[in-house]
Amino acid sequence: MTIRRPGWILVLPATLAVALFLGIPVLDTFSTTVTDSTGLFSNYEKFFDSRFRRAVLWRTTEIALITTIASLLIGFVTAYVVSRAPGRIKSILIIAAVFPLLTGVVVRSFAWLVILGKNGILNDFLLAVGIVAEPLSMLYTEGAVIVAMVYLFVPLMILTIVGVLEGIPEDLLQASASLGATPVATFWQVVFPLAMPGLIVGAVLVFTGSFTSYATPQLLGGEQQMMMGTFLHQRAMVTFDWTGASTIAVIMTVVTILIVLAMGRLARRLNPAAV
Amino acid sequence: MMMRTRPHPALTAFAALVFFFLMAPLVIIIGASLSDTSFLTFPPQGLTLHWYENIFEVSAFKRTMVTSATLALVGTSLSLLVGIPAAYALNRYRVQLPSFLSTVFVLPILVPELVLGFSIMKSVTTGLDFPIFASLVIGHALLVLPYCVRVVSASLSSFDFSIEEAAVSLGCPRWRAFFTIVLPNVRAGVIAAFILALITSINDVSISLFLTGPGISTLPIQLLAHMEQFFDPTIASVSVLLMLVTVGVMAVVELTLGLTFLTK
Repeated sequence: MTIRRPGWILVLPATLAVALFLGIPVLDTFSTTVTDSTGLFSNYEKFFDSRFRRAVLWRTTEIALITTIASLLIGFVTAYVVSRAPGRIKSILIIAAVFPLLTGVVVRSFAWLVILGKNGILNDFLLAVGIVAEPLSMLYTEGAVIVAMVYLFVPLMILTIVGVLEGIPEDLLQASASLGATPVATFWQVVFPLAMPGLIVGAVLVFTGSFTSYATPQLLGGEQQMMMGTFLHQRAMVTFDWTGASTIAVIMTVVTILIVLAMGRLARRLNPAAV
Repeated sequence: MMMRTRPHPALTAFAALVFFFLMAPLVIIIGASLSDTSFLTFPPQGLTLHWYENIFEVSAFKRTMVTSATLALVGTSLSLLVGIPAAYALNRYRVQLPSFLSTVFVLPILVPELVLGFSIMKSVTTGLDFPIFASLVIGHALLVLPYCVRVVSASLSSFDFSIEEAAVSLGCPRWRAFFTIVLPNVRAGVIAAFILALITSINDVSISLFLTGPGISTLPIQLLAHMEQFFDPTIASVSVLLMLVTVGVMAVVELTLGLTFLTK
């Protein structure tokens, strides 16, 4: 007859796959960092003692934060306009946001290599107009990485926020207006608080995505703008320092999980009904 | 007719500018791929399709394209094979299963891809001496598992399981009820999961970075390596090819579910 607990058998293969190929390897990475003979946290002390490593961590945090804030501002305004657009235009705008999102990171970062390069389009333009006399070196700067990352993440932000804004009933806005609220007041007192869960989800996705990115800092930041992702790769595959690489990996994972948990808690506090 | 509150013109202008900046770099890549010069430039100087022919002359691109396509198909299929039963059980037997199980399938999102790739490289490829392609398949299957479970789950959550119960109580074997009643009803979700997983796998850099090895590479990793050494329009033409894959995928999503599905 029927198996007593059919549910278990069906989730088993996927659970095993995650446990074997994600759980054990990631735990192993973690244990590599704390089983050093010199002490439990010696690898982390080593990491934070090094001025260079601290600088990489700080740069990564800074770039991820600026990217998140810029994407939030740009994404929110754009999503607001998209969600208010009439049906047909709205679908076109959503397609225009989905398309870059589904285009690979390498392709989208590469575009900025062409734009910001020494003989790139922006330099050609600036020289032709006469704003600069010499081509500017824009590649391998923090600015180049940030611009490309904002470009990378704005579509994700737009789509996340449009999703939330679409869920706000039109009646609420009309009620607010008919009770005498100015459009600005309606925005801040009705739209903004209701959109908050979407903004938080978007912020988490963008922060963790940019904090752990590889292709963009590799192409546009190079050695000069080493970030945690490129540093991890360099340690693991160039110097073959697997313990050092594991330490970086653990710090990246801990930061990611802490951000997800903290923002989840913030979302629940701001809006207990959501999440 | 409902009155829509129109956004301020300044906001609309700003949004228009944002969409311009979203599209411009992609247009630049298309233009650069058509340029009849040996270096990347925009606007293109002269028009040629030479760089598209060149893709198939550079053996590394040809080889990695096949690897990427095979990898995406195998990884996604494996992921759906374990993901669909899991999604089904999570919805069907929700009360009997502990709630932490649904978190298990979100883990690949919580662990940064680079960390997952690095850890698999260390424990599976090196530690267990797995072949490179098998390690890549494992990495990609895990990468897309959250999409598979979540998208199929979303579809199943609106499925009325009493239809399935009706079939079973009328004597239909459980497995048959699943294949003839449940699966056809969540077809759209399965197709969406398949497509999203495929595109995620094809474009992936972070997982593959540590798992590619001598002789076996994926297209994005090869592209990245190529960019660091050469700067000819072949990179642009490969990029356009990848964009065409995206267009194809979007067309399929639009036909099956409608693209607005992606904002949900």
